[in-house]
Amino acid sequence: MYRFNYHKPDDMAAAQQMMADAEDGVYLSGGMTLIPTLKARLASPTDVIDLSGLALSGIELADDSLTIGALTLHSEVAAGNEILSLSNLALAIGDAQVRNRGTIGGSIANSDPGADYPAAVVALGATINTTAGAIDADDYFQGLFETALKPGAIVTSVTFPLPGRAAYEKFPNPASRYAVVGVMVAETNGDVRVGVTGAGPCAYRQRNFEQALADNFSVAALDGLEVDYTEFNSDIHASAEYRGHLVGVMARRAVAQII
Amino acid sequence: MTSETGIGASVKRKEDARFITGAGHYTDDINQPGQLYAVFVRSMYPRAEIRSIDVSSALAMEGVMAAYTGADLAADGIGDLPCGWMVKSKDGSDMIQPPHPPVAVSVVNYVGEPYAMVVAETLQAARDGAEAVTADFNEIPAVVDLASAHGADQIHEAVPGNQCYDWELGDREATDAAFASADHVTSLDIVNNRLIPNAMEPRAAVGMYEAATGNYTLYTTSQNPHLARLVLAAFVNVAAESKLRVIAPDVGGGFGSKIFVYAEETAVIWAAGKLARAIKWRADRSESFLADAHGRDHRTRAELALNADGTFVGLRVKTVANMGAYLSLFASSVPTYLYGTLLAGQYRTPAIYVEVQSVFTNTAPVDAYRGAGRPEATYVVERLVETAARELGKDPADIRRLNFIQPEDFPYETPVALTYDTGDYDASLKKAIELIGYDDFAERKASSEANGKKRGIGFSCYIEACGLAPSQVAISLGAGVGLFESAEVRVDVTGSVSVMTGCHSHGQGHETTFAQIVSDKLGIPFENVDVVHGDTGRSDYGLGTYGSRSLVVGGSAIVKATDKVIAKSRKIAAHMLESTEENVDFEEGTFSVTDSNQSITFPEVAFSAYVPGNYPLDELEPGLSEKAFYDPENFTYPAGAHICEVEVDPETGKVEIVNFVAVDDFGEIINPMIVAGQVHGGLAQGIGQALLEHGIYDESGQLVTGSYMDYTMPRADDMPNFVVDTTVTPCTHNPLGAKGCGEAGAIGSTAAVMNALTDALGVVDVPMPATPETVWRAMEGE
Ligand SMILES: Cc1cc2nc3c(=O)[nH]c(=O)nc-3n(C[C@H](O)[C@H](O)[C@H](O)COP(=O)(O)OP(=O)(O)OC[C@H]3O[C@@H](n4cnc5c(N)ncnc54)[C@H](O)[C@@H]3O)c2cc1C
Repeated sequence: MYRFNYHKPDDMAAAQQMMADAEDGVYLSGGMTLIPTLKARLASPTDVIDLSGLALSGIELADDSLTIGALTLHSEVAAGNEILSLSNLALAIGDAQVRNRGTIGGSIANSDPGADYPAAVVALGATINTTAGAIDADDYFQGLFETALKPGAIVTSVTFPLPGRAAYEKFPNPASRYAVVGVMVAETNGDVRVGVTGAGPCAYRQRNFEQALADNFSVAALDGLEVDYTEFNSDIHASAEYRGHLVGVMARRAVAQII
Repeated sequence: MTSETGIGASVKRKEDARFITGAGHYTDDINQPGQLYAVFVRSMYPRAEIRSIDVSSALAMEGVMAAYTGADLAADGIGDLPCGWMVKSKDGSDMIQPPHPPVAVSVVNYVGEPYAMVVAETLQAARDGAEAVTADFNEIPAVVDLASAHGADQIHEAVPGNQCYDWELGDREATDAAFASADHVTSLDIVNNRLIPNAMEPRAAVGMYEAATGNYTLYTTSQNPHLARLVLAAFVNVAAESKLRVIAPDVGGGFGSKIFVYAEETAVIWAAGKLARAIKWRADRSESFLADAHGRDHRTRAELALNADGTFVGLRVKTVANMGAYLSLFASSVPTYLYGTLLAGQYRTPAIYVEVQSVFTNTAPVDAYRGAGRPEATYVVERLVETAARELGKDPADIRRLNFIQPEDFPYETPVALTYDTGDYDASLKKAIELIGYDDFAERKASSEANGKKRGIGFSCYIEACGLAPSQVAISLGAGVGLFESAEVRVDVTGSVSVMTGCHSHGQGHETTFAQIVSDKLGIPFENVDVVHGDTGRSDYGLGTYGSRSLVVGGSAIVKATDKVIAKSRKIAAHMLESTEENVDFEEGTFSVTDSNQSITFPEVAFSAYVPGNYPLDELEPGLSEKAFYDPENFTYPAGAHICEVEVDPETGKVEIVNFVAVDDFGEIINPMIVAGQVHGGLAQGIGQALLEHGIYDESGQLVTGSYMDYTMPRADDMPNFVVDTTVTPCTHNPLGAKGCGEAGAIGSTAAVMNALTDALGVVDVPMPATPETVWRAMEGE
């Protein structure tokens, strides 16, 4: 680590002010991504603003949606809620230690290409609530570690519409256990959405799958559908082509869970 | 005596209380007054000429006490890191050992090679200082690919063609003749993937120097502190052996990687002397990936010649082995005397010929890693045997039985320089076949298929040569050191005992096993025996722990010393009992006169030895402490049968091990629970090699798998529930009848997994590690 100034504000306005005042500030939630980066001296912020003093934790159920506070731990989401597929997804993140520190806000702000939550955000058509306004899932993920989050803004919560049916299937990276490919298939108010993470630079919707499933919600409906993998990630664990193949496999398995 | 703590009992490990509760004392736990911190500046280039290094900005920084380059060490007469095993080429010439300065002087040859060291008041200041060191490099294209390294652009001035040696063993003509007349030849081109050891505790060192006495003390994460002292004194010229004390306290795993003397502890102890301050260094995990010696990394063409009935008539093997950028301490011996000599396996193959060409590349040095040469040999032999069985339409168990060396054949001299003393290979295979339910495999395969999975079964009947080593044999083959072991059994006044050993425990449980032996033999409580290891100041000498040698060599030395204690005690007892030695029996800790009810306990004898009122001072010295050195007559030959069953998900290529049986013959067993633990750990590493682990450099020479994000360490959920069992043919030439168990799991299992996988897929070979994508591509016929 390099030296930095540490702040722990207890309200949102103070946090944003500290960020505005900092030469090169960064927010800290669970620290599961940020701390290793600092330890490896890969980042050298002047100020670290710890959000853990803010009241941003908890899961709230409304008539047709679930709102999860940004500081809610993966383990808290995994413990169970009205969206079973989301609990299952959270349970498949990292390991127990990571789930007991990592937060949904941190995960979504960070937008790691292999992170699990983004698949759910996209497939469930969630809304990202931030201090600079609400952002629709379809607009939020923009590229590799790139989101529509405004500079200095804080993710405060994520609102997930309650789906009629939804399932998540993950093919974990054998080393890191992040998603090589993760697919969530969801049907919400008759609308079918397929969210894919891991495969590309950021989470996206597999539109041809959605159309096929809208016509015929069955595993067979996905047979033979093309996945364009030209822009996919490629590394020692999985080539772009293999990731493309896995998108189909994971999607079929997700559908199989809920028919 | 069979007791709850004696030989053969599953005593819970003494050391676990402190390990599990965080009360261990590892090198990084050691802190000295006024201690400084060292950080190494490492090459980002796989290969470059060092034009200049500038440490002035580092020295100007707050808290920085010193910044050294390789030239500073050289100017002080600090020598190169040596390789301790001379291997000769076919033509009789010596292997070529390129210069290996601990800190690079004029060139860097792998990413992570240190070229400067910064010492500062705090770790933070040392890191800042290290970042402030600047250097001017002239980058040179690196030689990375093992297949083309020989004859590629020359790395070391002294090493034409990048070839360290071109070694052979066996009878070429006889082997060629066997092939010429054979009915069938099975051949395979196989790669033994590079592994990175990953001990849980990263390497570390604390160097201390006392100016008033000139004494040096080095705490270091070593598997063999006496050897470290010898190398640092005799070859690297740090200090006279008598002025240097090396302590390897609790060490969190080694797997071979902590046998060697590395740059960092060398530079740390030297700098401690220069600055007359204690200096600590501890590797970050990233440094471990870059700069610990890696393992394996062979490319092999292997051929087995058979008669139509499946009898093996000849084996021909040609291997290219990667040494990395420099020769690490035992690197040369691993792909030769620990590999070629094992190619007979468990079989009567009459003619064997092996050639090994070891080459340099711009990658981290490669040296012994759990099994060291023997996993590679087993992989070659057992993959070939299984493939041959398939090609000839034979049952894989039958073809092995047909060729096994039989119990009556022992001692059996192989065509590759070893004499196996004993074994019963079919006994292990038979038990393994029963335990896995081989007869019902077809049913299990059918039910897997019904679930859309492919299922396969694979065998591996391995042998290893352990208990390194008969000194005269090893030295005649090029070893630079003897490979005996020492022990001291020191009895206290009250009859409790300290056992000093030259072996080192870094997870093996010696404090328990060795105490079981001594308490059993002396008939004293297990709790009253303390095992002391890892300190050149406390045990006479020793060669450390590797090659599954601790029990069979170190334990035998302990038995020898204990026997001496008993012999002397018997004399004392005879005097005290007013009898004669011949008439005094010793059993369960009590000396008694034959045919009388007179007796005296071992602690009473000990007391008398130290308070010699009633004691034969005219015949015996007072005191009760005995030493012994034990040099083994032969290697030991643990062997066994591993059978693996896998299920493959045809859609994703993911392989699951659904059944794994290991039946091993380790000779006599002191502590079955520790043995099972050693086997489990070894299996995890062998399975890891087959399915998960891979040290990868990209074409330019950068390490791609430099963290756990990319290097797949085996985890508990990657492993099946192992079924492990043993058979016993006692070793014929050591007093314990033991053979060693530390490496077997890693030696035998890899081939079993890959044989099972190739069986499931119906293909000849799948490269290791068989990652999901690799398997998926194999199924796609690529
Ligand atoms: C070993 C390991 C395994 C993992 N495996 C998985 C996995 O399988 N799947 C998976 O999805 N993830 C995985 N993760 C990531 C983990 O789940 C966390 O979600 C992730 O690290 C980010 O959450 P955090 O709370 O730790 O954020 P932090 O590390 O604290 O922050 C991450 C980034 O987000 C910013 N940030 C944090 N909170 C906010 C906020 N409320 N508003 C705006 N910006 C914010 C920070 O400034 C920082 O840039 C793994 C992590 C580790 C260490």
